[in-house]
Order: sequence, then structure tokens, then C-alpha cells
Amino acid sequence: MRSSASNGFCAYLRRDLRLSHRRLGEAASPLIFFIMVSTLVPLGITPDPASLALVASGIIWVLALLATMLSANDLFAGDYQDGSLEQLLISPQVLVMPVLGKVTAHWLVTGLPLTIVSPLLGLMLSLPEAGYLPMMASLALGTACLSLLGAVGAALTVSLQKGGMMLALVVMPLYMPVIIFGGATVQFGIDGLAWTGPLAILGAMLAAAIALCPLAIAGVLRLTSIN
Amino acid sequence: MNWTWFYRLGSPLWFYQTTTRWLPWLSLLAIVLLSTGLIWGLGFAPQDAKQGNSFRIIYLHVPTSFLALAGYFLMAAAGAIGLIWKMKLSYMIMKSAAPIGAALTFLALFTGAVWGKPTWGSYWVWDARITSMLILLFLYFGVLALQYAFHNEEAGNKASAVLALVGTVNIPIIYKSVDWWYTLHQPSTIKLTSAPSMHPDMFQPLLVMILGFYCFYVVALCLFTRVEILRRERKTTWVGELAARSSYEVESDKK
Repeated sequence: MRSSASNGFCAYLRRDLRLSHRRLGEAASPLIFFIMVSTLVPLGITPDPASLALVASGIIWVLALLATMLSANDLFAGDYQDGSLEQLLISPQVLVMPVLGKVTAHWLVTGLPLTIVSPLLGLMLSLPEAGYLPMMASLALGTACLSLLGAVGAALTVSLQKGGMMLALVVMPLYMPVIIFGGATVQFGIDGLAWTGPLAILGAMLAAAIALCPLAIAGVLRLTSIN
Repeated sequence: MNWTWFYRLGSPLWFYQTTTRWLPWLSLLAIVLLSTGLIWGLGFAPQDAKQGNSFRIIYLHVPTSFLALAGYFLMAAAGAIGLIWKMKLSYMIMKSAAPIGAALTFLALFTGAVWGKPTWGSYWVWDARITSMLILLFLYFGVLALQYAFHNEEAGNKASAVLALVGTVNIPIIYKSVDWWYTLHQPSTIKLTSAPSMHPDMFQPLLVMILGFYCFYVVALCLFTRVEILRRERKTTWVGELAARSSYEVESDKK
């Protein structure tokens, strides 16, 4: 028999996945954003493959960060507006597990597709071949980290009318360690160094974020969204 | 155990009255220390063998950098006290610490840039310490912006207190990752740490300046907090009486 805590996790994971399935257009927009903005880069900088190869890893990481951040705003906003967030807050559940379920759903809908599509972007931006595997591995771990941190920001700004810009201001400094190690993993791979080192640190960050962020999110939701 | 002293600390009225008594002395101390340190450091400390007179900006740069970081921890601690013991006063202190800290961080970056031009040949270098100071400035901006974004003051207090605490957990991580990133990317032309340890003649005025800046910080924090207290407690009787008394004094001054 499953405990009620894991029930809360599964229920909210399933619910959020079903919601994104019903609004596919909304759910796919971070991914489309990710691909569309990457075409601006050759237009803005240069189409020269040698120059693009130098900046490709960094640009893919920055774009993944922006796409995750833009979509994090909707994590609690809909639930807050239709009142289901309040129902969750007054339910006798431990808040941490449903929150973790929601964040996991968010990652499955944004971070995972970004990771899967990233080789295409690597191709378009002429990323050196040795960089593909490190890029996918670091994006998989890193976007999960970004989803968790973004959820903290989304919880902080959920009751604001114009939360989007505020969310960006609040979470951007927290994202910086992730992008440093994410970018480094790819760069190490391209340079032929042992890229599992920075990847392991990304994994450690993810482990810490899984442990701490849901607590912070649950606390913040209780503090700020009930007036 | 008797905890009344602790709860008295949380009373805005008590804070206001105590700082009214202490502020003149503290301001005097800050002025004395800062002017001594400035005159000593700028006028009498020996020149640096390599940097000449340009090193003297250290007497502003180091104290502001110290307080920029210390101010963040103070802000987060005040926020934590507010969340745990639900003290109004500590939220007011937290809110007041944010703009002062942001201003000091900006000053630290600015004096660093001014110092960087003659010594390194450029205003901005992506050095580990500079970059982490810049991220600290962004953290301050986040707390400030969040505080003002809420119409509900209570919610704004709590949200920015949590954000300050999350930032505190992150500061060591940010610092270490930027440090690591710097050792990876930085060409070895510029070394911040290679400056020789300071001569006592240069160090003593710096110590006076740091103490002076700490006093100045406390004075500024008290002044900001007093304004915040008056604003938030404007409907209480004691603020009303205070306002009536001061307007009476203004009237009698005119006569």
C-alpha cells in the first residue's frame, strides 16, 4: 500500500501532466521559444560556423535557462486564479509532496523536451561533436535544477498581478551557479577533458535542490498566497 | 526564564525612543572615525610602492565591500527573526537594510572600477570577486523589488524575508562556483591576490575607516528604520502625539 505522501505526489504529477496535455499549445511554447530564439543568434552575430562553434554551448544554455524561467511563471498562477491552490493549502496533506509532483510535471513538460531537442540546436549552431553528450546530460540535470529554483520564484510572486518580470529578477541570481557548471560541462566535453566532474556538481546541486526547494516552496505558498 | 527584554526589543516605540537618545552620540562617533580615517588615509599614509596614490581608494573600497556583504546577512537575519517571532520591528529593519546594502554594494563596485582603471588598465574585469559582488547586487535588487511589488505589506514582508534567506543559502554556492569559473576562464595576467600584505602604516587608517563605516551603517539603518516606523505606525497615538508636539515646536519657532 502506498503512503498518502506518495499519493499526493502522484496525484499532482498526473493532474498537471493531464492539464498540459489538454493545452498542448501552451505547453509547447517554451520549446518553440527555445528553437526560435536560437535562429536569432546566427542572424545577430554571424553565420560563420567557426565563430558559432565558440559560443554555441553558452547560447544553448542561456536559452534553456530563459525558456524554463518564462514557463515557471505559470506553475502556480493558474491554480492561484481558479482557487485550486487554496484548496491544496487547506487540505490536510503534507504540502511538500504535491509541490514536488507539480515541479516534476513542469520539468517533464519543459526541461525534458528541451534536452531532447538540444542536439538539433547544436547542429544549427555547429556545436563541436564532442559536446553533444555532455550538453544533453548537463541539460537534463540542470533544467531540473532550474525548474525547482524557478518554482521558488513562482511561489514568491504568485499573488502578484505582473509576476513575470518580478520572477525573472528574483530567480536570475539563483540560476547563476547552474549555468556556470552547465556551460562548463559542455566546454570540458569539447576540450576533451573529463566532463563528468562539473556534471557531478550539477547532480549535487540537483540533489540539494530536491531536498530544500520543495520545503521553501511549501513555506512560501502558505505565507504569501493566503491573505 | 524572563523573556520580557526580548519582546521589548520588538516594540517600535521602544526602538524609536532608544535611538532618539543614542543617535547623536553614534553619529558623532561615525563622523569622528570617518574624518580621522579619511584624513589619515588620504593625507598621511605612505604611498604605495607600485600603485602610487591610486591605492588610496582602498580606504573606501574595502569598508563598503565589507558592509555590503555583512548588510545582506543582517537583512536576512532580520527577516528570519520576523518570520520566526513575528516581530514587526525586524521586518522594518529588514526593509531598511535593503536599499542601504544595495547602495553600498554599488559603491564597492564603483570604487573597484575606478581603482581598476589605473592599476589594471580597464574599468571592468570578469574577476571572481567582482562577479560575485555583482550577483550580490542583483540579490539585493530582487529583495527590494519584491518588497515593493506587494500591495499587501504583510505578504511583501514575508516574501522578501524568505527570498533573503534563500539568497543566504545561495551566497556560499554562488561564491564558490564563480571562484571555480574564474580559475577556469581567467587568463593569468591579472592577479588580485598578489598585492603584498599591507604595511601597518597603511593598515591602521583602514581599520579606522572600517570601524567608521560600521558606525555609519548603524546610523543609516536607524534613520531608515525610524522613518519606516513612523510610516507604518502613523495611526497609533504615540506617533500622533509626536507629530503634534513637533508641529507645535515648529509653530513656536516661527514666533
